[in-house]
Amino acid sequence: MSTATLTDQPRTLVDHPAPSLLQLVRVELRKSADTRAGRWLLIVIGLAVLGVVAISVFVEDAPKTFTDHFGITQLPISILLPVLGILLVTSEWSQRTAMTTFTLVPRRSRVLVAKVLAATVLAVLGVVVAALASVLATALTPVFSDAERDWGISAALVGQVLVVQVVTVLAGVAFGMLLLSSPLAIVLYFVLPTVFNIVVNLIAALDWVRDWLDLSTTSMPLFQDGLDGQGWAQFGTSVGLWVVLPMVIGWLRIQRSEVA
Amino acid sequence: MITIEHLTKRYGAQVAVSDVSFSCAPGTVTGFLGPNGAGKSTTMRALVGLAEPSSGTATVGGRRYRDLPNAGRSVGVLLDAGAQHSGRTGREVLTLTSQVLGVERHRVDEALERVGLAGRPAGKRVGKYSLGMRQRLGLATALIGDPQVLVLDEPANGLDPEGIFWMRGLLRDFADRGGTVLLSSHLLHEVEAVADQLVVIAGGRIVAQGSKNELLAGTGGTLVRGPDRALLAKALEAAGIGVSAGPDDALVADAEALAVGQAVAAAGVVLTELRAAGGAGLEDLFRSLTGSSHEVQEVQA
Repeated sequence: MSTATLTDQPRTLVDHPAPSLLQLVRVELRKSADTRAGRWLLIVIGLAVLGVVAISVFVEDAPKTFTDHFGITQLPISILLPVLGILLVTSEWSQRTAMTTFTLVPRRSRVLVAKVLAATVLAVLGVVVAALASVLATALTPVFSDAERDWGISAALVGQVLVVQVVTVLAGVAFGMLLLSSPLAIVLYFVLPTVFNIVVNLIAALDWVRDWLDLSTTSMPLFQDGLDGQGWAQFGTSVGLWVVLPMVIGWLRIQRSEVA
Repeated sequence: MITIEHLTKRYGAQVAVSDVSFSCAPGTVTGFLGPNGAGKSTTMRALVGLAEPSSGTATVGGRRYRDLPNAGRSVGVLLDAGAQHSGRTGREVLTLTSQVLGVERHRVDEALERVGLAGRPAGKRVGKYSLGMRQRLGLATALIGDPQVLVLDEPANGLDPEGIFWMRGLLRDFADRGGTVLLSSHLLHEVEAVADQLVVIAGGRIVAQGSKNELLAGTGGTLVRGPDRALLAKALEAAGIGVSAGPDDALVADAEALAVGQAVAAAGVVLTELRAAGGAGLEDLFRSLTGSSHEVQEVQA
């Protein structure tokens, strides 16, 4: 029995300060790693990054500069991290914890903002992990091949990669918010853009759709140095379709819907 | 502390809760009774902002739940013991809650201790918990912020008799220290022992409310039992006391126990039982108010 909590209650409601956004973001980050699913996903992402690094170190004709390593290690992160973003939202519904979460923090938009920020932090961490793995790969390059160490990288490229990874994870969060179901969101997250990509690539008349609305097409140039204004505009419109639109619809629905 | 005024909740054409009004004062336990599907959960969900009322208001301390700055530290809520991630341990669930509420870490262990989940159960995944353990974890979640108000939906579900006894003590203690408790149940005897006030809901409408004693008084009478039922009835009627059939082979006499005893003694009839018909009376009241007794007895899995 605790004695600390056995205090007599005042007769009027005592106000306590609201949880800060930082507190809520910390909680969301913890939630993404404190279950078996979340932990394994993080471990798999780490292993995949190491695997990619190993390939680029040991395969002879693979390009070997730091920039090359940094580019290729983004791949497993951009594929797997959005799943963590999806689960960050959908697990609240599939595990029914939304009820507990929203009774503790009844201002639902605060929880959603915290989830978006937590996903952003995860994306940045992902890029940091990729950078560390690339450092390792670059350091080992002369040991396993004839190539020299080349540490050169442009700040613009790092910035662009960060933007792509954040947007990719947020696309996962947006799909999660829109669909509120883990299997549905994960399947549609991978299937819809792929089908879209195939269709717009097959039909010549849809070239402009591909160039302006297909996220995988518009984000490709961001992995190369020096994106121009039109490139950003094209990237922006596709982000509007695949991230902003589903997130806004999902957000409004979560705020208004009844939580069971 | 809790005030619900003219609360109505419609789902399309269906009315789940209709014009419900009641209030809960500090220092009291309010039992919210009704069969499954009567509107208890809907009312409580509207109270804590999970459902938006179609009309009417529900407030805690004069404010909407949503407007409380740190709701979990003012109001402890347990609406569904199943609403926890099955992959987290009991301790992890409480740690997350403590971080949201901004309470010290040691409260986690205190809360686990308080609900009897300290030690090995704390480290087990919630997926491996029995329903009773989940209820205890839910109570710990509700209590960890040291709130002044508790809102509990069917907290006794899945608890064994010992657990129910323990929970009653906990709630009584909470109220005696000035806290406000609203707890629902579809089983009268679960709340009868602890509640000061009863609110009975059926078909989305309040059908009775008042202090437990008030509600009991309305159905008073004295229960009498003896080896010869006919002789007993005759003796009472001879003394001018109205008699009706009680549970089993007992009779319910429309008089105080003293008058009944005197009448029976005067007739020289043997008694085996003589007491206020209260408990059973409330049960009858509950059954009559809420329709078929079958529904009332049914235990939700």
